[in-house]
Amino acid sequence: MAGLTLASPSAERGVYSPWRETWRRYRRHRLAVISAFLLLVLVLAVVVGPFLWRLKINDIDIVAGLQGPSLAHPFGTDDLGQDILARMIYGGRISLAVGLAAMLVSVVVGTLIGSLAGMSRGALGHGLMWLTDLFLSLPQLPLLLLLIYLFRDGLKQMFGPEGGIFILIVLVIGGLRWMPVARLVRAQFLSIREKEFVEAARALGASPVRQVVRHILPNAVGPVIIAGTIDVAAAIIAESTLSFLGLGFPPDTPTWGRLLFDAKDFLDIGPHWALFPGGAIFIAVVAINFIGDGLRDALDARRVI
Amino acid sequence: MSQYVLRRLLIAIPSLLGISLVLFVVLAMAPGDPFAELATNPNVPPEVAAALRAKFGLDDPIHLRYLHWLSAMAHGDWGFSFVSRMDVDQLILQRLPATLYVIGSAQILALLIAIPVGVYAATKPYSLFDQIANTLAFVGFSLPTFFTGILFILIFSVTLDWLPLVYTTDVKGTGIRWVLEMIRQAIMPVAVLGLFQAASMTRFVRSAMLDVIRLDYVTTARAKGLGQAKVIVKHVMRNAMIPVVTLIALQMPAVFGGAIVTEQIFRIPGIGSLLISSILANDTPVVMAVTFVFACLVVLFNLIADVLYGWLDPRISLR
Repeated sequence: MAGLTLASPSAERGVYSPWRETWRRYRRHRLAVISAFLLLVLVLAVVVGPFLWRLKINDIDIVAGLQGPSLAHPFGTDDLGQDILARMIYGGRISLAVGLAAMLVSVVVGTLIGSLAGMSRGALGHGLMWLTDLFLSLPQLPLLLLLIYLFRDGLKQMFGPEGGIFILIVLVIGGLRWMPVARLVRAQFLSIREKEFVEAARALGASPVRQVVRHILPNAVGPVIIAGTIDVAAAIIAESTLSFLGLGFPPDTPTWGRLLFDAKDFLDIGPHWALFPGGAIFIAVVAINFIGDGLRDALDARRVI
Repeated sequence: MSQYVLRRLLIAIPSLLGISLVLFVVLAMAPGDPFAELATNPNVPPEVAAALRAKFGLDDPIHLRYLHWLSAMAHGDWGFSFVSRMDVDQLILQRLPATLYVIGSAQILALLIAIPVGVYAATKPYSLFDQIANTLAFVGFSLPTFFTGILFILIFSVTLDWLPLVYTTDVKGTGIRWVLEMIRQAIMPVAVLGLFQAASMTRFVRSAMLDVIRLDYVTTARAKGLGQAKVIVKHVMRNAMIPVVTLIALQMPAVFGGAIVTEQIFRIPGIGSLLISSILANDTPVVMAVTFVFACLVVLFNLIADVLYGWLDPRISLR
């Protein structure tokens, strides 16, 4: 290969490791670099925040209710006088954790179904793709609401109010978002499985599982990383939407969407209450989407930057 | 062409059946029993409850129950809402026009923004206009509808007091005033939903246009001496719209999700807010029926997209 690509610009600069090359390309996307920094700040804030900002999330002080931002309460207080910054730090942990966990579910399910469909040459592949298309045409939010409505009480009894809802929301959001990943993986598999190096592995007697795990999957991972990144943003929006409709986490769990739900009846007297959590959702989502865009530039090996 | 439409209709039936199967399995797997209330009610003797269970076939094997439910749905017997005290199909028919009005206007608004902006951005790629449009589109689809809705209320209702906060069906006034008032109260929900849609559509239109604009036949059209406007509109756009139609059809489930949220924020009496209120009131027949209606609407829009294909690219309908 090296002899063939001497003319390409990257060959002249010497050979980088794949990850360094990816980082070099990623750095070119200025907004993506800023977004990665913003997201890092956000994640640090919700992880380290509770150790630095020691106000409780449920300290009720009606007299200090609905105050705008001040030194004592940088993000103001809600109608019961609870500190919004402390509640947002707590809620941010949940919102971001839901996003990551739901992404893992959708990537694992999508990769599994996509690889099965991509490796099989018969009815199984067709059947799985029909299933994927069927899931794609399901109305997601109504179905999400229906599933939560039907299974909420059962899981609450099994895992406690917060744990049960967390498992349910992660499984349902992830379980309704695996289809794009499955299609991407299948498309990648269909082309990679015919390549010479896979044929060589097959000729050397590699089992189908070894072909997939050692040879095909590592080469199909780029698009999956991009789709997974964008899935985190979509899952955060889905969770906030559920909480905003009053059907997500229980009322005393202040996720960002839940804070907006509580704030929407006080828009005229306490707009700060809605603006801070809404802004946090927006920053998280826009940052993740830009990171996905930057990764698309960085991981698409055909593009020369 | 009519044969093509018929074939597409026949293909839509299995997907409707598949969706109904998914919904039914979800309902059947769910813990809890629709007759639990009857069983615990001391005024209902156990034999009556058992007779009712037998009458509604609740003890039958699951595939028989599915067929029963399916044929009841097909006959228009969608059950009775105990909360609203009326038939479910009546209730949904009452609520559907508001939803379709808002979704339809929002889609039109989105197309009116996305097509000109996307096409213009694609004719001048990486220009200042393109970069600004791209960044705005990114911001637009990262702003969740519930937050834009709240921002709009905050700006246009609370601060500026230009637009009404809450949507009503019984608008006061008659004639032209009624029409104006109907339009005025729909501005915010339609804008919220439409702008969200326009953001992702603009990106679709731009990338589809960029794929087509480099092809040889476009160069040929230019070489023939056709003007820029004619080349773009007649030659490039018609072919670029084919993938755009697919992507818009694939977006429909997300549009309905957005509609549920906007209906809830602006208290529009459509089927989305009906779904939320029935969930909060444990009104299972309505919840099932509304979910199924949303599924049918998705399939219907996919069908429309397929028919549009046939019109945009006559080769497809010949296959």
